[in-house]
Amino acid sequence: MAAALPDDPIIRVRDVTAGYGETAILEHVTFDVRRGEIFVILGGSGSGKSTLLKHMIGLEPTLAGSILIDGDDIVTAEGDLRQAILRRFGVMYQSGALFGSMTLAENVRLPLEEYTDLDDGEIALIARMKLAMVGLDAYTGHLPAEVSGGMQKRAAIARALALDPKIVFLDEPSAGLDPITSAELDALVRRLARGLGVTFVIVSHELPSIFAIADRVIMVDRARRGIVAEGDPRELCDSSPDPWVRRFFHREAEPLPA
Amino acid sequence: MATLAISETADGGRVLALAGRLDASTIRPLWDEGRRAVAAAQGARVVVDAAKVDYCDGAGVAMLIGLMQQGGPDRVEVANLAPAFAALLGQFDAERLARDLDPAPPRRPAVEETGLVAATIWADLKRLIVFTGETAAALAWAVRRPDRVRWKDVWMICERVGVDALPIVALISFLLGVILAFESAVPMRRFGAELFVADLIGIAMLRELGALMTAILLAGRSGAAFAAELGTMTVNQEVDALTTMGLDPVRFLVTPRIIAALLMTPLLTLFADLVGLLGGAVTMHAFSIPFVTYIREINGIVDFGDFMAGFVKSFVFAVLIAGIGCLRGLQARAGASSVGDSATSAVVSGIVLLVIVDGVFAVVYYLLGI
Repeated sequence: MAAALPDDPIIRVRDVTAGYGETAILEHVTFDVRRGEIFVILGGSGSGKSTLLKHMIGLEPTLAGSILIDGDDIVTAEGDLRQAILRRFGVMYQSGALFGSMTLAENVRLPLEEYTDLDDGEIALIARMKLAMVGLDAYTGHLPAEVSGGMQKRAAIARALALDPKIVFLDEPSAGLDPITSAELDALVRRLARGLGVTFVIVSHELPSIFAIADRVIMVDRARRGIVAEGDPRELCDSSPDPWVRRFFHREAEPLPA
Repeated sequence: MATLAISETADGGRVLALAGRLDASTIRPLWDEGRRAVAAAQGARVVVDAAKVDYCDGAGVAMLIGLMQQGGPDRVEVANLAPAFAALLGQFDAERLARDLDPAPPRRPAVEETGLVAATIWADLKRLIVFTGETAAALAWAVRRPDRVRWKDVWMICERVGVDALPIVALISFLLGVILAFESAVPMRRFGAELFVADLIGIAMLRELGALMTAILLAGRSGAAFAAELGTMTVNQEVDALTTMGLDPVRFLVTPRIIAALLMTPLLTLFADLVGLLGGAVTMHAFSIPFVTYIREINGIVDFGDFMAGFVKSFVFAVLIAGIGCLRGLQARAGASSVGDSATSAVVSGIVLLVIVDGVFAVVYYLLGI
């Protein structure tokens, strides 16, 4: 168990150019995510935050730069090393991305069956626990299509947590959840981060949730092609020198031309 | 690493002293040992002493809960767990986790199952009839208002259904011609009758095989593609979006596909006929029958009626393939596997219907003397 240590980054993003093919969306992005912290990547729609996340979880190659996950570069890693890096984190995709032909419990069981030597009953108990953590233990036998979008999302979080990874990436976890469920999810994230030292990297623009849980945020902007703000969300909200950042936190619309 | 030391107390109970790191990679042997110890205590108290546990994640907590479930919560007690891990353990209710709150429904009796299957077939048939009506109405509308048909979509689908299918249609028809000619020329040569192979190929390709093979290829290629495309649109609620915009999905999605299939299938059939005859000619050439003789022989036996017999069928086949493909796509429910089911069902029911309709045509042609 590790408390948040300021000089112990678990993820180091160095001089990364994010984008697809020839198109660069963000350039020279450099930041650290510290062990055990709840780190939020903020930005407006189309700002490139999901693209940055895709690079961090190794789905898309970066155009330049390196991303070290607990010391190993996911951009260049291949074979067994890449496999080992992939096991260090769990990912919840924006849409849930549950396997439609499997029940919620089977979705959570899959990584446990593939990566541990626990027996069937033990795996069943762990799967039920993970689903209970997100309030879905009464839906273990349902197929994803038989539950609501918010429930699918919660089941996807349970799947991401199945192997108790050191790092969990959440893409827009609160979008589509009711306020109570969203608050429960925030509490779950906090409990896992503080209790087990799990590092969370969350892509979001849900301000209440960000104020409630984020230790640190970075804000990216496509127009300026990079990070425009970094730090404690409350401080940025009150005293960022950047008017755009302050407007974002205060939910103000662009002033209309006179 | 993690270890487990078991000691027996004076009253026959057990103390399980856990130490080290409890996670998915370490708990496997400990869990088994612990389970045996709880069983050996035979109803006496079991204390799980977690004072020396320095890490315990979800899997470790699962083991603790598993032991508590096995002995019952009053008998098995977890002591000295560090507060952070205790908080993790505290959020679970061991008794609630022991129950399957969402069990699979019991199997239905055979009678009920049979009834359900019958009802499904009946509903499918009704859906087919309704869909046929809707499609006919949409096509009639397209004839009345050709300016409102989405011709851009039609041309794009024509390219995918027609032009892109040329290589595979050419390959299969050519081989069909070659093989048909070869397999029949070998025995017929014994009677010196290999010239009449030309008659066989001419009649078989034009009346039957050109149209049927093209239709089967299209059912596999375009029927499946239509089903997958419309199935994905249904799953993604794009079809719902069209409906709530007041746009009829049949008119919007099915009509362009049927028109494209109607335009392309006869042309592909014509192409298949010609390439098939060419395949036959190549084989015949190997059997020393010159090209000119081959053509003259076919000209003598095959008339315009034979060609039309195959050509007319291709229009009906086109409607069948496109219609079934679209219907199966619109019937998709949810999830990736449902799109797969739609595509499979489009190909299977498409080919079955093609063969049945081809048989009906054979009977009708026979009765009409064509």
